[in-house]
Amino acid sequence: MSLTADEVRKIAYLARLSIQEENIQTYADKLSGILDLVAQMEAVGTDQVEPMAHPQHMTQRLREDVVTESNQRDKFQAIAPATEAGLYLVPKVIE
Amino acid sequence: MAWETVIGLEIHAQLATKSKIFSGASTAYGAEPNTQACAVDLALPGVLPVLNKEAVRMAVKFGLALDAIVPSRSVFARKNYFYPDLPQGYQISQFDLPIVANGHLDITLENGDTKRIGVTRAHLEQDAGKSLHEDFHGLTGIDLNRAGTPLLEIVSEPDIRNAKEAVAYMKKIHALVQYLHICDGNMAEGSFRCDANVSVRPLGQEEFGTRTEIKNLNSFRFVERAINYEVERQIDLLESGGEVVQETRLFDSDKGETRSMRSKEEANDYRYFPCPDLLPVEITEELLNEVRETLPELPDAKRQRFISEFGLSEKDASEISANRDIAEYFEQVATGSGEAKMAANWIMGDLSAHLNKEDMAISNCPVSAQTLTVLIQRITDKTISGKIAKDIFPDLWAGEADVDALIESKGLKQITDTGAIEAMIAEVLAQNPSQVEEFRAGKEKLMGFFVGQVMKASKGKANPGQVNEILRKLLKA
Repeated sequence: MSLTADEVRKIAYLARLSIQEENIQTYADKLSGILDLVAQMEAVGTDQVEPMAHPQHMTQRLREDVVTESNQRDKFQAIAPATEAGLYLVPKVIE
Repeated sequence: MAWETVIGLEIHAQLATKSKIFSGASTAYGAEPNTQACAVDLALPGVLPVLNKEAVRMAVKFGLALDAIVPSRSVFARKNYFYPDLPQGYQISQFDLPIVANGHLDITLENGDTKRIGVTRAHLEQDAGKSLHEDFHGLTGIDLNRAGTPLLEIVSEPDIRNAKEAVAYMKKIHALVQYLHICDGNMAEGSFRCDANVSVRPLGQEEFGTRTEIKNLNSFRFVERAINYEVERQIDLLESGGEVVQETRLFDSDKGETRSMRSKEEANDYRYFPCPDLLPVEITEELLNEVRETLPELPDAKRQRFISEFGLSEKDASEISANRDIAEYFEQVATGSGEAKMAANWIMGDLSAHLNKEDMAISNCPVSAQTLTVLIQRITDKTISGKIAKDIFPDLWAGEADVDALIESKGLKQITDTGAIEAMIAEVLAQNPSQVEEFRAGKEKLMGFFVGQVMKASKGKANPGQVNEILRKLLKA
């Protein structure tokens, strides 16, 4: 399976990665190589194998529903580029 | 051409936990911005999510109530998209292995028929923060207090055929999550909201038409209006030779119309994958049994019982059983007073009117079930009339708890002494000789006038039944 240059551009856009036009073919080749490997693995019979959601054979530990965090807004906002009235400020986004 | 509408709803119910789904920050509503957003909620480097046990139990409870499948294993996945109120750059949600699958719910249609709506799945996920677009010098303000609040997203099958059914289904889920005490159901605060997937197809066609998704509907009325508008828009479009574009739309409640939300179009590729920060969640038989034990009597069962045990009408039973607190209040009053129908009328009448006026939940009602029970008892034992009971209800609402003391101090005890009533009637008749003559000449309608006069003379305290009886006797004499 091989990816087209357009598909690489789309993937880069979705991940908000800035890539150089001259590198796109290299990315396309390398990513296609990964997909080829996946395709090759698909030939292995896995009917009896439970799909793995995590490499560790453990289940999720659960936390009691207790509030343990206190307000540390001042500390967090000290490292934010811009804040006002307790809010983090970001470039304008409009729905 | 005749068209058929196809609707599926995605309901987001905010789970009523004290802390967030993956962090120990508080979920309390209305705090100062960002005072309840901890390092995990802000997605600072190095943090890890730890799953809230109560959120899991609540989701399981919902699954059991819906008679759904709660698989022994469920997995969290990352849904990737960029938006400033989502600091992680992905939402932790569930994808192919949700915590609840294959449930169903029966709704009652307007003609009284029952219809079964399939619930495809319900999954756990985290909520995002809030963007404030008021002007901050051309910037957007972000409040992350809501980020990480646990949500249960409840996805229906495309079984719904019109806006009314959608509202009936949504109301039923709304009642259910509150019954289960897993969501406060507060739609104004955004604790319960829904997205509607709407499409139309020629009647009889098997294949679905192209659908649009209307986002963030936070009232039953908006759901109905938005769907009706959208159905009409799609039909107009198709009938004039156009095509429906698959897209996300917003409902503008001021204009009563839906409009395209173009900004979300390109982001519709979420690249889900299992979240490496979280292990699969195991739901043991033990947990299932434990949660099953805590299931309350559900709305449908309660409604049936109110009909069979208390003799309520279908309509009254539906209304009273829709809210668990009201149902429990009703049951106390009905059992205590032995007058279920009166209890229901008082609760749906004066009590609800007062609650609505002050926008108050019955759990905060100043008139206790015990007080209302005594009030009803005083009507049935004829100490006071129903009219007087209505008159003193505002006093009880204002904080007077002792019904008997109130009747005593206001001198409202019903007059049941035949002699006293006769005396009052004699006086009324003496004062209205011409009406008496007319009545005796056959104008029986005047009976109401005489009863009114006597009740007025007794300041509402005369027993109306006796007044009628004695009046008739004296007038015919």
